[in-house]
Amino acid sequence: MSDEALGTIFLNACLVNNFVLAYFLGICPFLGVSAKLETATRMGGAVCFVMLVSSVCAFGINQLLIAINAPYLQLISYIVVIASTVQLVEMFIKKMSPALFRQLGIFLPLITTNCAILGLALFQTNKGYDFLQCIVYALGAGIGFTLALILMAGIREKLELATVPHLVQGTAITLIIAGILSLSFMGFAGLGA
Amino acid sequence: MASPEAVGSTDEFIKGLWRENPVFVQVLGMCPVLAVTNSGVNALSMGLATTFVIVLSNTLVSTLRNFIPKEVRIATFILIIATFVTVVDYLIQAISLDIHRALGAFISLIVVNCLILGRAEAFASKNGVGASIMDGLGMGIGFTFALLCLGGVREILGSGTLFGLALFPAGFQPWVVMILPSGGFFTLGVLLLVFNRIKSRQDEKRAVLQEATS
Repeated sequence: MSDEALGTIFLNACLVNNFVLAYFLGICPFLGVSAKLETATRMGGAVCFVMLVSSVCAFGINQLLIAINAPYLQLISYIVVIASTVQLVEMFIKKMSPALFRQLGIFLPLITTNCAILGLALFQTNKGYDFLQCIVYALGAGIGFTLALILMAGIREKLELATVPHLVQGTAITLIIAGILSLSFMGFAGLGA
Repeated sequence: MASPEAVGSTDEFIKGLWRENPVFVQVLGMCPVLAVTNSGVNALSMGLATTFVIVLSNTLVSTLRNFIPKEVRIATFILIIATFVTVVDYLIQAISLDIHRALGAFISLIVVNCLILGRAEAFASKNGVGASIMDGLGMGIGFTFALLCLGGVREILGSGTLFGLALFPAGFQPWVVMILPSGGFFTLGVLLLVFNRIKSRQDEKRAVLQEATS
């Protein structure tokens, strides 16, 4: 069991150890969906929600697996839970907002293979968080992910107007910007200690 | 699209190494690429683990491709991959606890490496076993190669060593930023730039050659 304060956990997950910029989790959607601000915001929202739900489920499953003494099933059962949560969100969005559904496109089912979500489930298990800590951790990670995505999208929208040498266009320039963002996030180090 | 197995298998192998390199060309599986490449050893073990998983999952997916219902194929693929990743996880723990500690949760995260699922969906589910194994092997080695490039550069600049061997005299001041997260982004960005440059030069040469012949 961990006795970290809730505020510390939140700050840690959101800023100091930002999932995208410090742990490199969820880089694929980070590079793929960050071209437009609006899409990025909504993608962030969807990821936040999936994170919360799967974090709660992963906590329950972990208790169950400990009870039946089968830790080797951990990975498999986590991924199944995440896949079904994503399916649920997909159906929900399709029903509620077909326009958004089209915008997110292939990246919606790909939330399943978003390492940030599985990473969250694994980290919270490793750290031995209790139920409340798990929820706060998931919230922090989700908001941190959204923050990074929105920052990136904002910069990339401005970048449209700049002239970029054709060799670095696309992924290369995005990665270099991400490096600078990550450098600036290092400034938060020590905040949540 | 059933391809003749024997004829194409060398090509399936070669294409992953360079022409369709998973990291430099397809930009897939970025998370482990950036996260574990702060040293050459980590990069190599991650590359080998991924190769192992991708070859086995390609084999199994390709063997079962006619039995898996289309609607649940992605879920089935992920379960197959997750099984092999669990195997690798325990295998690495048995071989070297140090490496297991260094890679941490990123071994488990091989499950969500889009490269593996991508190959299962785009190749193994449509092709024969032999071709799928070659494809997995090529992609895996191409992936390992990219990881080694990145890990090598970051370790040489960030710690002044390569695979733990000191390369520079004692006065060398390592660029600590290279082994930090931001260094990963920078290095990969610059490597992609170099790769683009090489590719565009090749294209130019080919265009010139074509003009000369026509």
